Amino acid sequence: MGKKLLLNNDHIPGINTYEVYRKNGGYASVEKAIKTMTPEAIVEEVKKSGLRGRGGAGFPTGMKWSFLAKPEGVARYIVCNADESEPGTFKDRYLMERIPHLLIEGMITSSFALGANTSYIYIRGEYFYVARILEQAIDEAYANGWLGKNILGSDYSLDLYVQVGAGAYICGEETALLESLEGKRGNPRIKPPFPAIAGLYGCPTVVNNVETIAAVVPIINNGGDEYAKVGIGKSTGTKLISASGHINKPGVYEIEMGITVEDFIYSDEWCGGIKNGKKLKAVVAGGSSVPILPADLILKTANGEPRLMSYESLADGGFATGTMLGSGGFIVMDETTSIVKNLWNFTRFYHHESCGQCSPCREGTGWMEKVLHKIIDGHGSLSDVDLLWDIQSKIEGKTICPLGDAAAWPVASAIRHFRAEFEDHVRNSKKVIDPKRLVSNAVY
Amino acid sequence: MNNGKEIKFSDESLALVQRMMKRYPEGKQKSALIPILHIAQAEFDGWLSSETMDYVASVIGILPVEVYEVASFYSMFNMKPVGKCVIEVCRTSSCWLLGAEDVISHLEKKLNIKTGQTTSDGMFTLKSVECLGSCGTAPMMQVGADYYENLSLDKVDSLVERFRADGKRKTYTDKAEARN
Repeated sequence: MGKKLLLNNDHIPGINTYEVYRKNGGYASVEKAIKTMTPEAIVEEVKKSGLRGRGGAGFPTGMKWSFLAKPEGVARYIVCNADESEPGTFKDRYLMERIPHLLIEGMITSSFALGANTSYIYIRGEYFYVARILEQAIDEAYANGWLGKNILGSDYSLDLYVQVGAGAYICGEETALLESLEGKRGNPRIKPPFPAIAGLYGCPTVVNNVETIAAVVPIINNGGDEYAKVGIGKSTGTKLISASGHINKPGVYEIEMGITVEDFIYSDEWCGGIKNGKKLKAVVAGGSSVPILPADLILKTANGEPRLMSYESLADGGFATGTMLGSGGFIVMDETTSIVKNLWNFTRFYHHESCGQCSPCREGTGWMEKVLHKIIDGHGSLSDVDLLWDIQSKIEGKTICPLGDAAAWPVASAIRHFRAEFEDHVRNSKKVIDPKRLVSNAVY
Repeated sequence: MNNGKEIKFSDESLALVQRMMKRYPEGKQKSALIPILHIAQAEFDGWLSSETMDYVASVIGILPVEVYEVASFYSMFNMKPVGKCVIEVCRTSSCWLLGAEDVISHLEKKLNIKTGQTTSDGMFTLKSVECLGSCGTAPMMQVGADYYENLSLDKVDSLVERFRADGKRKTYTDKAEARN
């Protein structure tokens, strides 16, 4: 199952340049869309394709597009979410760095479909050098008539800009991203209204992930039905997986959805097995937010079926025994990994990244970090494990945006599947008595 | 005033700032704030003093407080003076699994500072930061525009020596080194 739709030309030298990209069929979707299709027909193809949002939520893209309000005389916007900040995820960086024109092409075709005349790519500030690569590609696209006024002689015009952020995980949440793009703090907005009704500058707006926008290109080139033939069930198409951790071959892999997790981890085509001949202990399959699963449950579902790389199979069993495909940030941990320390690392992340707007998240993430720190330093008690469970249950579902859930799920799943390890830690850890240690993790 | 220098964009930066503000609809020029703060930080000694922020507010035509509240929210903006090279080591998830803590403690020893501090010669500031999206090439660190990946302690040593010999300030807005 080696089908590739996004990275099929990845190996061609110079594919980052306009000439080589164009020579290899680049910008065909723009030609087809503008010259032969109506915007409605494009939305219809995207619906038929079954494409689901690749940023993490997996919401059907065609449906999201069809929610976009179209009041007369009001501007509409498409904003590409290139804020990629979910720990374990680096696929969008790879795609933008290697094949920047694929994203530009997808943005033009998508903007035409939704009637946007100004579009933005919001990229995380740390990817400054990638923003420059995109800007150069955009300049080339303008110079060759794919952007600007009257594209391909039509009456359609589009301006496309890259906007850099400045370091904030929360800006990957679409309403926080829009706030940031408006020059404000990245505090998520209360929904409704959804961005499709009132988004950027209060205008109807669609926010889509880089990989989602890029997938529009093969969908328009080959048709939505062809795209839907790839993959398995409602997980149509291919998915970019960022593979990292204790594996022999970390990297970005485009997989056809439906391959087994076991193949993905152990086959030389992908991760190439666990590093240094160690045993697999656990996997976080979709970025740090999704539930961690122990080896037996990531390889097979609770019913003993092989677990597949698809939205449905990874979610099989709900949170009791399953997880989520999420962003495709696939973090592999070998038998030497301390689940307790790893969880502390994750909770520190969410504490640092909480925007501070909702008290359950602002206070709860800090408490979870502190309690885990206490356990790691040997000062924990068995009731602390229950305390952690209690705190996470009081964050989940009680915040404006999903960061609260994202902080709660790793804690809940680690305790659910590895409770004995937490209890061992409490019983057996040596007490660390170093008051300075408690502040040594301060960032800056 | 920063170190006695007047806070005023160079002609080149000012032209860039003015071009940037045209990317947004009329009346929405505040959208340019974050990109402009990056330019300001790069031009005015690597950090955002209140004078620098007031100046940015006046360029965009917004209130100073609108700049402060944004600058203080985002981790890439330095709210106090930093060294010429800010070394930012990723400490999250896969980088942590693959030795980020060793890289950080090695740098603390080598530079003789703690994370968050600046060397007495003003050359280096050491920071530990959250996931930089380079998990497949862990451990890694960012210095200015550049990602340095698949770090070993030897590689860290030679990079530090190179930055020291070079002696130049590194900023996010620099042209990145060639990557393969």
